[in-house]
Amino acid sequence: MATIEIDGKSLEVENGTMIIKAADEAGIYIPRFCYHEKLSIAANCRMCMVDIEKAPKPMPACATPVADGMKISTLSERAVEAQKGTMEFLLINHPLDCPICDQGGECPLQDQALGYGKDVSRFTEKKRVVEDKDIGPLIATAMTRCIHCTRCVRFGQEVAGIMEMGGTGRGEHMEITTFLGGSIDSEVSGNMIDLCPVGALTSKPYRYSARSWELQNHDAVSPHDCVGANLHIQTLRNEVKRIVPRDNSAVNECWISDRDRFGYEAVNSPERLTQPMLKSGDHWEVTDWKTAFSKVVQGLQTEINSAGPEGVAALISPLATNEEGYLFQKLLRSMDCDNIDHRLRQVDFLADSQQNLYSGAELPLEKLSTISSVLLVGSNIRKEQPLLGLKLRAASLGGSKIYAINSLDYHFNFKLDGALIVEPSTVPAALAGVALDVSRIVGTDLPEQFSAWAQLGGNRDVYSDIAEVLVADSAESLIILGDSCRQHPHYSVILAISNWIREVCGVKRIDLHEANGVGLTQNGCVPKNSENNALNLVSNPRSAYLLYGLDCVEDSIYGNVLEDSLKKANFVVSFSAFKSESMNHADVVLPITPYTECSGHFTNVEGMTQRSNAAALPRGEARPGWKVLRVLANQLSLSGFDFVDLNDVNSEMENTISEKPFEYPHDIEITLPDKHNGQDSNKLFHRIMDVPIYRVDPLVRRATALQKTADNSIRPIAGLNVEQAREFTLRDGTLMNVVTPEGNGISIQVQADNRVPVNCIYIPAGYIETAPLGVATHLTLEEV
Amino acid sequence: MTEVRVCLPESNLEEPWTLAAYESTGGYQAWRKIITEQTPPEDIIENLKSSGLRGRGGAGFPTGLKLSFMPRNAPGQKYIVCNSDESEPGTFKDRDIIRLNPHQLIEGMAIAGYTIGATVGYNYIRGEYYEPWARFEAALTEAYEAGLLGHSLLNSDTSFDLYSQRGAGAYICGEETALLESLEGKKGQPRFKPPFPAQVGAFGRPTTINNTESLSSIPPIMRKGGKWFADLGVEKSGGTKVFSVSGHVNKPGNYEVPLGLPFKELLELAGGIRNGHQLKAVIPGGSSVPVMPAANIMACTMDYDSLQQAGSALGAGSVIIMDETTCMVKMLERISYFYYAESCGQCTPCREGTGWLYRVIHRIRNGQGKLTDLDLLVDMANRIEGRTICALGDAAAWPVQSFMKHYRHEFEAMIQSDKAA
Repeated sequence: MATIEIDGKSLEVENGTMIIKAADEAGIYIPRFCYHEKLSIAANCRMCMVDIEKAPKPMPACATPVADGMKISTLSERAVEAQKGTMEFLLINHPLDCPICDQGGECPLQDQALGYGKDVSRFTEKKRVVEDKDIGPLIATAMTRCIHCTRCVRFGQEVAGIMEMGGTGRGEHMEITTFLGGSIDSEVSGNMIDLCPVGALTSKPYRYSARSWELQNHDAVSPHDCVGANLHIQTLRNEVKRIVPRDNSAVNECWISDRDRFGYEAVNSPERLTQPMLKSGDHWEVTDWKTAFSKVVQGLQTEINSAGPEGVAALISPLATNEEGYLFQKLLRSMDCDNIDHRLRQVDFLADSQQNLYSGAELPLEKLSTISSVLLVGSNIRKEQPLLGLKLRAASLGGSKIYAINSLDYHFNFKLDGALIVEPSTVPAALAGVALDVSRIVGTDLPEQFSAWAQLGGNRDVYSDIAEVLVADSAESLIILGDSCRQHPHYSVILAISNWIREVCGVKRIDLHEANGVGLTQNGCVPKNSENNALNLVSNPRSAYLLYGLDCVEDSIYGNVLEDSLKKANFVVSFSAFKSESMNHADVVLPITPYTECSGHFTNVEGMTQRSNAAALPRGEARPGWKVLRVLANQLSLSGFDFVDLNDVNSEMENTISEKPFEYPHDIEITLPDKHNGQDSNKLFHRIMDVPIYRVDPLVRRATALQKTADNSIRPIAGLNVEQAREFTLRDGTLMNVVTPEGNGISIQVQADNRVPVNCIYIPAGYIETAPLGVATHLTLEEV
Repeated sequence: MTEVRVCLPESNLEEPWTLAAYESTGGYQAWRKIITEQTPPEDIIENLKSSGLRGRGGAGFPTGLKLSFMPRNAPGQKYIVCNSDESEPGTFKDRDIIRLNPHQLIEGMAIAGYTIGATVGYNYIRGEYYEPWARFEAALTEAYEAGLLGHSLLNSDTSFDLYSQRGAGAYICGEETALLESLEGKKGQPRFKPPFPAQVGAFGRPTTINNTESLSSIPPIMRKGGKWFADLGVEKSGGTKVFSVSGHVNKPGNYEVPLGLPFKELLELAGGIRNGHQLKAVIPGGSSVPVMPAANIMACTMDYDSLQQAGSALGAGSVIIMDETTCMVKMLERISYFYYAESCGQCTPCREGTGWLYRVIHRIRNGQGKLTDLDLLVDMANRIEGRTICALGDAAAWPVQSFMKHYRHEFEAMIQSDKAA
């Protein structure tokens, strides 16, 4: 510890602390531009100059470590003169366009110019002008305003792990720009907007739509992934204008993903539903709530009377809040119906036979950045859970070892110490291979049920590498199961094997969920009888369906099966914030609100339940889902729905939903690896599927700027192994026919993709175009 | 006065850049002795300290002390780097040292590397210096073939590998940390210190960076002893120094003389002022150091202390001589343009200030000056000096401050005559 004095205030600080940090902690203000707590020190803006006793010249507070006995003044004549000097230099080439700059009002340069600048400039030469750039659909640029603090550059290099911005040129001609004028494609690029201390990088979708001081802040939580990033939703006159991060060191630190930031565009889209509607023949008629409710009550009662409660199936989007989920399932169960599920991207429900379905993270998410080793299984974590990707990158920079077993050789923003890229059906086998090596190290036999899988996985050096690393520091090791596991036809096998590894050597596990999957599971949006799981509800047509917040084709991986069942059903109700394909099959549409207009709670994968507040009043006649469900229950004369406000719902939930302990299914009856039903496997390609980052939910699919990014393609594009692509006369964009063994086929653009292993074809889900393929695991490929 | 050659080869030597020529004057004896006797590094450092050798790149930091800062016993790779990115206007001494005496530099780097425990060295040579680079490369080949570089030298455990690296034309890469960035293949921009290169240098490893002339001085010091070298010069300025004399003299060129030589004698060596003109001013250490009027410099001896006391600096020993025909406004305009063009753009005062300085001076010379500009120039220079990551800011500020101090009247005259016209 060192004893120092800043502006006469005596402080005890850790040796080696930089002066600016010590001052910040003591609440002493030092002006700065380039310094940022989460980035490396650049010391290039020279704004934070302070006066240190006995030092011959003013020193930068961000890059000068404290020393015992140091006396620092931030206010002495010499310090202030240095700060003012820097400010003068910063302003000479900065345009005086604050009135038309989006940063105005929340601009560190503007604020500090007030404190350290002069009202009249001594600079009478011509100002520098920098040619403007186009760096993609999310970030607007005005590079003449740039003060070259390099925060955006360092963010890319250090935090995001992809260096998209850099400085070119020397001296006055130095420009911050993208490499060869390319676009910024990082999934967390929007953070550069927050980091930029001037108006050089601003939000493109928000551009010129409000002034920062007019905006109202609302505390919310992001529903797009299972991290639960904390947000400020900012509104003007009841319209969501933009979303910025809310600091929470336990969850998102000061970052949010682009999905969290720009997903709001959907809530202002013309596709919003603002009126209850009834189908009349082949067209829709606007109606009022009263009529809509009576139609729903009538329809449901008719179907229950004829087919019994089992004739009703209820499917809910994983983006729903806990309260919506709770009331939805309560409504169903009050009618003696257990047919409810939110897992429309899962096909293997064998693990449900265990009583406990809740599995999330076994460690706080903030620990991820310091974990010592990680095995990723079936996960493109960077795009599935962007903020967790950042944490793994931090871990990797700190020396953690990270391995992956995947079907696509994803481009991560961290270094992999080893990767095994195999066709999807071999993923559980590869995990069994790791388990076998773990069993050898810890001296326990691998349970017989896993041996057949381990045999299929063969012998590979990487198994023992992974096993050794996991066992060596098992308390600090982690297995992460990603979206591809959840979508895997042998998800239960992956769960069981990973669980066995976890039990014999003590590694931790995170089973990544979709969106609010943990909250919905805890609050009853899964069937008590596993037979009533989503896949069964979809593939065995029911007479009535309640769809909650779903675009029925894109939000499931079952393809057109759900659509077919809806066509056969007698009565379909769609609770939705948006017009969609699902509407075509519905009889009644009830307009609910997206999370920006609906308060409620989300539970992240760690089990942390956070409140998200409505930021705007509902549009038109749309209403928050929990209110709609409450009134509908009353209309159905169900008891126990007399809630006055959200708190009532909450307190009942807390009493009903007991905290579930961590228990994992481990004695699941293991299905053995399947052989390809006698077909010539040479002609069959393994299908690799994932849901691209901007196709995952109804909000991002309608967020126009996100849809224009490089991470998204408007139409799906299939990827073929590079070597095999040569066997076909493939040019990028060539159309090919892809057909399932059942004969369902589509034509799709195919391109060579260096991530795809041999004998595989990558076809994304989340598109109407690829839906006919359903969950087929093998496909034939023909040239058109 | 005649030259005393330590770093430059004796003038009667034929093809002095060859190994044979170098060895005929006692070359590589020191290196061979160190390898065979495994001389303790502390002894080498003591010898260097007693020689009074100070960094010849401009800052004048004692070389022995600098080498002693390296954690020589720390595990892992360490590096010795030679800074041959000589780019300061007026400086051309290293070019001749490498061109004419490359082996002495190689021997000096090997000894310095041995002293700090570095088995790898890099010589970063200014990109425009093609001929010196080719000579250095040829000398490297000779030294490797003679078994003086490489692994297990003279059957000992001592190894030393040496590589050359050509710069790409940026002045800033003469700043040692920018040089390291460039050496690592990055954009040449100075790093902020701490950490110093002795802790985190090239490729993240402890590194010592010395000037070409400093390293070239080491072999003779090892052969003849620190005292011999110190006695060549004066107190606190041991040894000889190569002065690059340019400008309005009859015989511009490099002159290696003992430190402490009166300026007058150096001027005579260079053939005196051209065609009977009068000496007006001298920039004694390269374009960045403060200018000195004739009267001041004539009273000085050419060593670190004398010039510093007179308000300037020895710098890299780049003596720019100006006679009475010189327009000081034009001179300062040209100097300011150089720093404006060469600022790396990293930190604010230098990036923004150098361009502003140049434009104001340029405006004055183009007849659009105002008297208030002169105070503005000084004020601006004061706000750049000492506020930047590296010394380029100082280098841009000092000429402005000193020109204003000594020749303000020329600026005023130009502004006023323009007003009259």
